[in-house]
Amino acid sequence: MTAALALDSAIAPPQGGRWAIEAIGIDKWFGPVHANRDVTLRVAKGSIHGIVGENGAGKSTLMNILYGYHRADRGEILIDGKAADIHRPSDALALGVGMVHQHFMLVEPFTILENVLLGAEGGTLLAEGRDKARAELERLGRDYGLEVDPDALVEDLPVGIQQRVEILKALYRGAETLILDEPTGVLTPQEADRLFQFLRVLRDQGKTVILITHKLREIMDVTDRVTVMRRGAVVADLPTQNTSKEELAELMVGRKVKLGGDKARAAPGAVVLEVEDLHVNDEQGKPRVRGVTFNVRAGEIVGIAGVSGNGQTELLEALGGIRPAASGRIRLKGNEVGTRRPGLTARILRRLGLGHVPEDRHRMGLVAGFAAYENAILGHQDEAQYHRGWLLDRARMVDYCGEWMKGYDVRPDNPLLEALSFSGGNQQKLVVAREMEHAPDLLLVGQPTRGVDIGAIEFIHKRLIAMRDAGKAVLVVSVELDEIMALSDRILVMFDGRIIGEVSPETATERQLGLMMAGIAEAA
Amino acid sequence: MEDTLLLIATMASATLRVATPLVLAALAGLFAERSGIVDIGLEGKMLGAAFAAAATAAVTGSAWLGLLAALAASTALSLIHGFASITHHGNQVVSGMALNIMVAGLCPVLANAWFRQSGQTPMLAQQARFGPIELPFAQAVAKVPVLGPLYAQVISGHNILVYAAAVAVPLVAFVVYRTSFGLRLRAVGENPEAVDTAGVSVSRLRYRALILAGLLCGVAGAYLSTAHNAGFIRDMTAGKGYLALAALIFGKWKPVPTLLACLLFAFADAVQIRLQGVPVPGIGAIPVQLIQALPYVLTVLLLAGFVGKSVAPKASGIPYLKER
Repeated sequence: MTAALALDSAIAPPQGGRWAIEAIGIDKWFGPVHANRDVTLRVAKGSIHGIVGENGAGKSTLMNILYGYHRADRGEILIDGKAADIHRPSDALALGVGMVHQHFMLVEPFTILENVLLGAEGGTLLAEGRDKARAELERLGRDYGLEVDPDALVEDLPVGIQQRVEILKALYRGAETLILDEPTGVLTPQEADRLFQFLRVLRDQGKTVILITHKLREIMDVTDRVTVMRRGAVVADLPTQNTSKEELAELMVGRKVKLGGDKARAAPGAVVLEVEDLHVNDEQGKPRVRGVTFNVRAGEIVGIAGVSGNGQTELLEALGGIRPAASGRIRLKGNEVGTRRPGLTARILRRLGLGHVPEDRHRMGLVAGFAAYENAILGHQDEAQYHRGWLLDRARMVDYCGEWMKGYDVRPDNPLLEALSFSGGNQQKLVVAREMEHAPDLLLVGQPTRGVDIGAIEFIHKRLIAMRDAGKAVLVVSVELDEIMALSDRILVMFDGRIIGEVSPETATERQLGLMMAGIAEAA
Repeated sequence: MEDTLLLIATMASATLRVATPLVLAALAGLFAERSGIVDIGLEGKMLGAAFAAAATAAVTGSAWLGLLAALAASTALSLIHGFASITHHGNQVVSGMALNIMVAGLCPVLANAWFRQSGQTPMLAQQARFGPIELPFAQAVAKVPVLGPLYAQVISGHNILVYAAAVAVPLVAFVVYRTSFGLRLRAVGENPEAVDTAGVSVSRLRYRALILAGLLCGVAGAYLSTAHNAGFIRDMTAGKGYLALAALIFGKWKPVPTLLACLLFAFADAVQIRLQGVPVPGIGAIPVQLIQALPYVLTVLLLAGFVGKSVAPKASGIPYLKER
């Protein structure tokens, strides 16, 4: 089935049903960026409608327009068949459109009840609406299987429950259509399954769900129909049962994509990194890594899986020499790189052959206001190759950077552009290029493809595997289970600051990994 | 016994008088900062209000008209702060500091221009000030041991603005914790996006908080120039705005702990006045400047070490801009 045909078939409402939401001819500009180009989306009442697209394809922009957070420059929105004039979120709420944002819109020191009440207090005094809200929460909990303790503080709740609060907030305000923006990014596979079950319940009770995601598996699992966006425009609108992951990926990227590329068996050599009973605390002195022991050999990729916030960040920072360890040993190629001398360690580690692609490229990987060529040598600026006498050799830096940009497919390949003018994927490729081109023996990679589009994911994965095949040791930390499964030769699962088990990607199932990530099961 | 009681009564009474502008300004800061706007301009607003009150009272002879002028002046300054930092997303500390500097210069200039007195307003007559109020039965119960003098000398006999400050604390606590406005106020200082997506305007909420802050600072300023003193003098706030801000932080942005912090600072001030010129056994008389520094040293010590973790409203100081 081609995309054009699919679009035609979407013009008539589904059998006997009605459209919950119609967005017709939406255009939106952010300065010079054309975020939505003549987008038309129709969502049938009582269905789960998926919207997929790469980062920057305009999915979130479209949803923010439906929700009244942004205004369209052109186009029309119909809700329940009637033209809707949505100026702000309260207008959308009044029309029964509720949104669950990717970053929860919750006030953390508030209770669940207070969060639900916010903006819908029902009177000047809080006491007036409170009892009603409490009763209503209880009813919603019963009807949809969403029980919560209304007096619990949101900051104490696990993310799965926080998300539940977001959904309750929308339902409390009488949402008929629920928009969920990348709802599974922070969930374990089990939590995600529970969410999907619940979305099906909502649909069966006649509510409409719009699910925005970049995970094709979720689209195939749960949606009735899917709209694919690319570069701000709708490129296809298909019934989910008539399509496949492969076709969707191709539509999203605009060319054939190989998902989860294959790799040869690893041939591990000597131990490069040894970690022994490592403890790391966060800024508040709270233990985040609590006794971790493992090693990484030359010629293998070790993946660390886990739900974000279980100590992976601190572990990676300690290994990278950015954060002092509280106790334990770290040995790199047999050298005790120790837990002392914070500040010096990152530099010493680099000299010993460490490359580090940090998790947070905006905060640690790049200096946004620096040109690409400056970013391309950060951390190695003292090396003789970048100097002429005691001055930096700008021409040479630009030359090197230009070469790397071509080799790593960084677009546009102009070394003089500031880092912030590149897209997320291209920024990441620049960081990866810098770390790989300085010939490390051990490469630490945190969230290699966070906020990176499919094309770049494919490229970065290929590079990491090539690096392994060249006999280097690679440690990958990622919250994306698919990525860990595709890349790793061994998988370590972290939960609550400990490595809860090690599994092999050949034998591990997603379910098993999911249970381990939730701290429920140990390795078999 | 009699002497000790008298001393305690005098000190307590002085503490209340000194605490009044601190409490009012700290509550003003509470509204602003809970809404996410850092208000380092408390000092300037108070000073501006003090000048407006004294100048108006000097011309009209009415303390009440002076108070009205103080409210207007302080609220106007608050709105300038809001215009810079809410509407135009300016840096809140810079905007607040600019107000402080502007007011510190402007008031003496205006005083010179209008009253031809170098940087101050004319001394106010007693009827153009807020005078002491004797509470009912003060005389009658004065003879009751301990409680009597306490009521007659500590509780009774202050001017109305002292009582206003006392009432303001529970009132502010009620507004912040028991009303819908209070819920939104607390929310907008923590996560303005949550408020925005709940369909409530962040800017309007913050403006309203700043107006309330302006009104409270207005009362504080009027107290300084038309109740506690009899006229405006240059820099008469003498850092009280900053002290109030410190009390607010010490009080963890909560009304009652903030009140206690203000009372502590005020008590330190009452002690330093009392200690001036009093010889300390073994040391002799301590230089006045050293003693005057006491409340400020206390502030630094408390904020540096003894407060424990004081978590500011999370969005405080960050201009609210919609993301793309």
